[in-house]
Amino acid sequence: MGWRGGSELIAAALALSLGVGGAAMAGPPERVVSINLCTDQFALLLAAPGQLVSVTHVAADPRVSAMAAAAEGLQLNRAHAEEVHALAPDLVLAGPWTSGYTVALLRRLGIAVAVIPDVRGLDDVPEALRATGAALGRDAAATAMADTYAADLAALRTAADAGRQPRAAIHNPNNYTSGAGSMADQILTLAGLANVAAEVGIEGGGWLALESMVMLAPDLVISAEPYPGASRAEEVLRHPAAQALAGPGRRAALADSDWVCGTPHVLRAATRLRDATATAAP
Amino acid sequence: MRDHPVLMSVLLALVIALFAASLLVGPAGIAPMQALSALLRGDGTAEALVMREIRLPRALLAVMIGASLGLAGAAMQGYLRNPLAEPGLIGVSGSAALGAVIALQTGLAASFALGLPLAALTGAALAVGLLLALAGPRGGSLTLILAGIAVSALAGALTALVLNLSPNPFAAAEIVFWMMGSLVDRSMTHVWLALPLMAVGWVLLAGLGRGLDALTLGEDAAETLGIPLGRLRLMLVAGTACVVGAGTAVAGAIGFVGLVVPHILRPFVGARPSALLPASALGGAVMLLAADVAVRLVLPDRDLKLGVVTALVGAPLFLHLIYRTRAEGL
Amino acid sequence: MLTLRSLSVARGPCTVLDDITLHISAGEFVGLIGPNGAGKTTLMRAALGLLPHGGQSSLAALPAQTRARAVAWMPQAREIAWPVSVETLIALGRLPHLATGARPAPVDRAAIDAAIAGMGLEGFRTRAANQLSGGEQARVLIARVLAQDTPLILADEPAAGLDPAHQITLMQAFAAEAARGRSVVASLHDLGLAARHCTRIIALHRGRIAADGPPAQVLNAALLAEVFHITAWVANTPYGPVCQPLEVLG
Repeated sequence: MGWRGGSELIAAALALSLGVGGAAMAGPPERVVSINLCTDQFALLLAAPGQLVSVTHVAADPRVSAMAAAAEGLQLNRAHAEEVHALAPDLVLAGPWTSGYTVALLRRLGIAVAVIPDVRGLDDVPEALRATGAALGRDAAATAMADTYAADLAALRTAADAGRQPRAAIHNPNNYTSGAGSMADQILTLAGLANVAAEVGIEGGGWLALESMVMLAPDLVISAEPYPGASRAEEVLRHPAAQALAGPGRRAALADSDWVCGTPHVLRAATRLRDATATAAP
Repeated sequence: MRDHPVLMSVLLALVIALFAASLLVGPAGIAPMQALSALLRGDGTAEALVMREIRLPRALLAVMIGASLGLAGAAMQGYLRNPLAEPGLIGVSGSAALGAVIALQTGLAASFALGLPLAALTGAALAVGLLLALAGPRGGSLTLILAGIAVSALAGALTALVLNLSPNPFAAAEIVFWMMGSLVDRSMTHVWLALPLMAVGWVLLAGLGRGLDALTLGEDAAETLGIPLGRLRLMLVAGTACVVGAGTAVAGAIGFVGLVVPHILRPFVGARPSALLPASALGGAVMLLAADVAVRLVLPDRDLKLGVVTALVGAPLFLHLIYRTRAEGL
Repeated sequence: MLTLRSLSVARGPCTVLDDITLHISAGEFVGLIGPNGAGKTTLMRAALGLLPHGGQSSLAALPAQTRARAVAWMPQAREIAWPVSVETLIALGRLPHLATGARPAPVDRAAIDAAIAGMGLEGFRTRAANQLSGGEQARVLIARVLAQDTPLILADEPAAGLDPAHQITLMQAFAAEAARGRSVVASLHDLGLAARHCTRIIALHRGRIAADGPPAQVLNAALLAEVFHITAWVANTPYGPVCQPLEVLG
């Protein structure tokens, strides 16, 4: 969930490392394994048929993976060095938040590891696309996709309503929210919404106490669909006070897999959110 | 109230003051007068919503669970004649948490209203029963604590296992909640869920006073003073299971309240087990309210677990008690 | 006061008490003697109904509440679990006379005060009972038994651990109770005390009654040799019967 979290590792993440460990590569890699949900998404978008061998098991979960359908038929891994090695890949795609031990171990085993840079905002998506494309030897496809994305983004920005902005709160399990500058915040802005977490000075990821959220009285609460099986973290999403916010004149919206990773799908999320609020705005 | 009017009045005043503080402390920063009027008004405003749906249940649960733990601690100590007996430390709360987790993850909790607290009650009852069987009537400290460690460890491991097997990725991270307890974002639903069983437990435990007094002289003497020991034991097990089970089901396992409170209050009631029961109930409410206000003041948004605060106060005291018990010869 | 008919207790395959039949009347102070393991404690606990037993005991047949007003029991283990005050502890003896939640009435206060006075505990009233010396604790527990104010008292080695003065005080207190028409049964190891103060002595040997009668009759050389394997100097003196153990028989 690349764009969530800190920033210091970004420099290290940008160090794209290819062909380390001696396995000389003439052409594009033929057996690619991705061990991070968001690199899974990029790989599924860009890889040539048959090139991608395995993605993580969560990539097949439609709750968090926008490309779950595409992941069907691929081997699913749990990002353990041993199982990855057994798949005999000639390239492993990892995210900047992938365990450093796993990456180092894979490189010691002579497997090339490409660390795809973090996507922290809407404008970072093309770079990540191009980096993935370069690693996969699919530069042309990546560039085309990046260009389309940039054009769509620009169009959406132009269309964004500068008038009255409905106020929205992102309410994740454990009262986790996304504040100013986060990807989710940018999606809200793109959809013509104002983020209440930003009003109270939350930057990036953070916690917004339930009662603080109630006091902010957002017009819209955006939550993810709960998992099966009970959890206290998600129970707060159904707290009577949170549900009262979804009363008359207010709406709840679902944040789905399009929100999870910083891929071109974020534009789809923004468009859907914009259309939903445009019809329902008080 | 009758025997120790000053102590009981002070405790009651503390409960009321801390209950008010619990209602007034929170990240939303509502001015006190405004908060209280919103609580009474109960219209649909954001203030009223915060006061009635978030802070009121939290304060109520702190009172209910604190009183339950204090009462259960005093009762268990009186029965076992051992100041180290405490539902959290000897694995009763942990077993209740296991019951609750099983009910939640199997869907039992969702299938009927009291499924969750009843499952927690079952876990607690099994643990109390097992501990009484292992530690024997006199509750030797060493046996009690060793048996408690084993029951705690087993309950903790099984709780973790059940949570890890859950299809819900958040559930696995919640072992901390079940082991340490928290009152954050509980609702009136939880109050109504816990109250019936707790009330039953309070009645059962409150009725133990006479028997616990007599047990000061040992089992034989108590029995010849006309105390039906079998019934006493049954009431203790059932009462403890009810209050600890219901409390743990909604707030997780909160340790040390039942240890610290009776220990502090015992000198004030002349060490009489019967007088200690109501005093510990009030004292438990005071301690848990204070702890729950403290977690909000120290780390407002972070859901610092209640058990962290109670353990910080209770664990050193526990060590001190072990040292003293050892000095007196186990 | 107490009637036992063919009372027997078995622990596993061993018979601990065998066919005990006896009757205790009002005004008797019975000394229960016998070597270690003779069954003294078992006899009293079985008579109280605290042990599973065969045969009949008039006490064991009573409902618990009635029994608590009929007999007071002082166990051998001197247990005082909490640092309650001496007065509070002695007041526990009044529990069978109080309804649940009732406060002590003047009659209860009087019984408590009499017990405190009887055991010479006036100066100890507010002291923490479990922090007293062993002998003091024993006196407090005896006072608790006296406060229960029952027609019958059963006491298991009440004199153990007391200094001579307090041993004599205790025996005199029990004798005074008997003189008031109550009955006391106390197991004793000190044959001298038993000889001097009891009105009747029951000697137990291997779970059976070896002898039962007035001290002068029971404490004879043959019985002491058979039951205790000792010789003793037994005499009738102006002070009453005296029994002084002398040697262990080879």
